[in-house]
Amino acid sequence: MFFQKEIETMPRADLEKLQLERLKESVKRASNVPVYKKKFEEAGITPDDIKSLDDLKKFPFTYKADFRDNYPFGMYAVPMKDIVRVHASSGTTGKPTVVGYTKNDIDMWSDLVARVAVAAGVTNEDVVHVAFGYGLFTGAFGLHYANEKIGATVVPMSSGNTEKQLMLLQDFGATVLVATPTYALYLSEVAKEKGIVDKLKLKIGLFGAEGCSAGMREQIERNFGIIATDNYGMSELIGPGVSGECKFRCGLHIAEDHFIAEIIDPATGEVLPAGEEGELVITSLTKEALPVIRYRTGDITSLNYDVCECGRTHVRMAKVRGRSDDMLIIKGVNVFPSQIEGVLMNINHISPHYMLEVRRENFSDSLTVIVELIDEKLLERFQELDALRNEIRAKLRTVLGIDAKIKLVSPNTVERFQGKAKRVIDLRDKD
Amino acid sequence: MTIYQISVFIENKQGRLTEIVKTLSTNGIDIRALSVADTTDFGILRIIVNDPEAAIKVLKAEGVTVSKTQVIGVSFDDKTGALTNVLELLSNAGISVEYAYAFITHSKNNASVILRVEQVEEAIKVLTDAGVSLIDTIE
Repeated sequence: MFFQKEIETMPRADLEKLQLERLKESVKRASNVPVYKKKFEEAGITPDDIKSLDDLKKFPFTYKADFRDNYPFGMYAVPMKDIVRVHASSGTTGKPTVVGYTKNDIDMWSDLVARVAVAAGVTNEDVVHVAFGYGLFTGAFGLHYANEKIGATVVPMSSGNTEKQLMLLQDFGATVLVATPTYALYLSEVAKEKGIVDKLKLKIGLFGAEGCSAGMREQIERNFGIIATDNYGMSELIGPGVSGECKFRCGLHIAEDHFIAEIIDPATGEVLPAGEEGELVITSLTKEALPVIRYRTGDITSLNYDVCECGRTHVRMAKVRGRSDDMLIIKGVNVFPSQIEGVLMNINHISPHYMLEVRRENFSDSLTVIVELIDEKLLERFQELDALRNEIRAKLRTVLGIDAKIKLVSPNTVERFQGKAKRVIDLRDKD
Repeated sequence: MTIYQISVFIENKQGRLTEIVKTLSTNGIDIRALSVADTTDFGILRIIVNDPEAAIKVLKAEGVTVSKTQVIGVSFDDKTGALTNVLELLSNAGISVEYAYAFITHSKNNASVILRVEQVEEAIKVLTDAGVSLIDTIE
């Protein structure tokens, strides 16, 4: 199913022609912004130097810090009278990252998210329950307007109040759930506990705003009896809808008529050949309010240019393996929390909720993985609890290459997150 | 002839044991025997109470991981060699004891022990056939 079939299945040669045309315009728009103007001058490059798509790599990168340094509206390429909406990132420390949209931007954004929703199977007959928090965060509004555009019935529930969420999911007959995977998992567990899963009509899950391991998704799908697809985006780029999975779920199609994706080596900044894993860098092609040129997403993934079984020609990015800034360096080894989650989701007797604690003891790093013991049958023998800990430790060692301490705790003692999960406690920098 | 033991998962956190014991006492549940085995970060509390069903209910309500197991309560004369006799009966029958702990009685002449074995029915038969008295109710 397609929302804009002609564009989504455009032959690559046509797509690249369109990209080049739009890239020239986008760089021109960006050069009206003082910060870009300065960057381009320093690199000794002008918009006229773009003769082919390959010339993009001559341009300097844009960083999250550029947004912070130009807080709040310094990155805008249009006057305030043309800005119709402001959003901001859920930055946990310091000033938020502020973004803006023109009327055309909002319209384009809705198309992008609508593509992702339709690819997942949403139609105008669906009732879409949005459990993302409404507010400055782009997620809720992005999904809201896109599903309205499709003609579906949108329930702007927002986050929190699990009891009420479940009541309305049931009473309004929601068929589509929009939530963070962590919250969807929590909702599904409570629904199961209350024995109301059969009374729900849910069939599709649109999860986003944070990463989700395959194991976690399977668990949510099983609990709710739904099919879930992933979508990807970030407020600096536009919000959700930059890419999304089709029903074949073999990578997330990037909307290449509006964005150019590159993969670089995060250490050297060199562009890597297609298929190699590295940091995703995105350039916007049509955004008016806030063009981004070679934005460093910090997300680690790879690109696949093969035409997908679904017919879409737009490049597919692999599920994000981690963020370069989420990456923990423990005893000199790179560790992504997503790798740990992948291991934990495939272990019996524990709940899917966990926390990671990193400490420095005697000048050496230590990782403690805190998991909830939920199988009371293991209490019979101490050896079984020890065996469980050893199993988790061994599997983590295989995947991570380092030794972790496993701490078993009682059920419901690990925090449940309603928004983005914060599962890492790094105590190393504290004295 | 079997009695039920309750196993409780206890995180190694200050006050956790107190909380569990207090939950039982405020609900009028009496602990008759107790054993705690622990590692550096968690322990298993094993208890015999006067009302196991009620104990499980109140502990589960507190979100505690609990399980119930059949165990054997053996009562014998409080004199040297009495426990040896009981354990020999079991080991001669090929039944191994996984763990054991003492049980409080109000009698001066008797001692009681809780035994956890895999083959409960078989163990009961071996002991009763040999004339060992078993505890069948917890007052």
